[in-house]
Amino acid sequence: MPENITAEQDQGERLILNMGPQHPSTHGVLRVILELDGEVVVKATPVIGHLHRGIEKLAENMTYNQVIPLMDRLDYCSPLINNLGYVLAVEKLLGLEVPARAKALRVLLCELTRIQSHLIWLGTHALDLGAMSPLLYMFREREEILDMYEEVWGARMHMAYFRVGGVAAEVPASFFVRAKKFLAGFPEKVDIYETLLTDNPIWRKRTQGVGIISSQDAIALGLSGPGLRASGVPWDLRKALPYSGYDTYEFTVPVGKGGDVYDRYLVRIEEMRQSARICEQALKTMPAGAVLAREPKVVPPEKERVMTTIEGLIHHFKIMVEGYNVPEGEIYAAVESPRGELGFYIRSDGGPRPYRLKVRTPSFVNLESLCKMAEGQMIADMVAIIGSIDIVLGEVDR
Amino acid sequence: MKDDLAQFFADKTTEIKEAFGELTVAVTPAHLLGVARALKEEAGFKFEFLSDLTGIDCGSGRFEVVYHLLSLLHKQRLRLKVKTDEGPKLPSVVSIWPTANWHERESYDLLGIVFEGHPDLKRIITPDGFTGHPLRKDYPLKGEN
Repeated sequence: MPENITAEQDQGERLILNMGPQHPSTHGVLRVILELDGEVVVKATPVIGHLHRGIEKLAENMTYNQVIPLMDRLDYCSPLINNLGYVLAVEKLLGLEVPARAKALRVLLCELTRIQSHLIWLGTHALDLGAMSPLLYMFREREEILDMYEEVWGARMHMAYFRVGGVAAEVPASFFVRAKKFLAGFPEKVDIYETLLTDNPIWRKRTQGVGIISSQDAIALGLSGPGLRASGVPWDLRKALPYSGYDTYEFTVPVGKGGDVYDRYLVRIEEMRQSARICEQALKTMPAGAVLAREPKVVPPEKERVMTTIEGLIHHFKIMVEGYNVPEGEIYAAVESPRGELGFYIRSDGGPRPYRLKVRTPSFVNLESLCKMAEGQMIADMVAIIGSIDIVLGEVDR
Repeated sequence: MKDDLAQFFADKTTEIKEAFGELTVAVTPAHLLGVARALKEEAGFKFEFLSDLTGIDCGSGRFEVVYHLLSLLHKQRLRLKVKTDEGPKLPSVVSIWPTANWHERESYDLLGIVFEGHPDLKRIITPDGFTGHPLRKDYPLKGEN
């Protein structure tokens, strides 16, 4: 009898089936214990923790700057949005105002990240359900976005590009040309994805009426992001509690009706279009000026100064090695990640390291509602339901 | 909102303050469930969404549990705090916010806080058979417990 399965579960006519943690459609190392009555799922119990790296414990022993690259590694499908939530929390504690250009650059890059994250979700989700070709289209566009990342800061996935006080460096001019070209063609590409899936009878059969969750259940279970919106709750932190200047952009929040797998698909498809809209506006209204705040206690001096003056070198060394003190207090800053509410709770004791950093990751909480969505569904639909929640195990287990 | 809270919970809270633009309400463990239920159900508050629940090892005073509530209706956040001593025990809020189930399991696993009345309080992140609570400040960063 496998571990974690109680004697009570092992009795009777019900079959206990172990799904994962090495199952390709669990998107990582998720294990689900399925209790089956014939082909019907009576109960699904997720078992998590296989990817736990103790990130919160590590962060308690690092300076505030050193934590930034760790945050990338939580949700590796949308690294920049994780960066953003964290730096916003620290900035709030410091009372630091970020230059307008840095804010706009953050929004632009975050929305490109959202598109990229939704693309990888859609590609793998469709692949799970037997549609091979969408993945190839999605990866074509995702590649373009990763190339843009590379142009900005040299890294393709774990960018660690945002800093407390702004962004690490000015972006090259060629990035804007590339982004403009990409965004001009992107809405058309979303139409092409839709021709592959939206009216596809097989796709509809596999997703409509499957894994339904009501808006009440979704709120009670803490479901956030596209999952919550697909159940009919128009809640998006970018609109409801705007941060980083999102209130200056025009976009709509797509909302579903039925709360099934198909609605979650439609919501994400529309979100890609809206993200592209925000990107276009950010490109058009991009303010000029500095990309880092002038706050010598927190922000290191420019490279030129570090390399040519002893004062600059000492200044840089002190910030990098000793860090900076952050006022005593506590803060909770949340951003709308592609998966939902991504919150950072920091407790500071006035020193250079967070006394406690808790990350409220949307995947962890959203996965909890899998039990509810899976109840009474067919075993073959489990793959569709898990895919529609869009979990990233790095974020679930931390 | 701050004044409403002060008026409504007059003697049930130990502290109501606003810092960094965020509201914090502190209660004693005895009043936790009553205040939590009122925060969720009263029309003026409607904190239906529990964003986050976490524990902190505060050292000498030992543990604190922090609930981050969100009101979708009023677009308002609230932090609910409760202090507990060595050998921490608190009533579970799963009956009020079902999402607390996994959060409480996590706090139990990583900090050893026991939530009484939780339907299935067991480890969630660390493997079965693991000993110790890694997020406690006295848990070593390297080596074994």
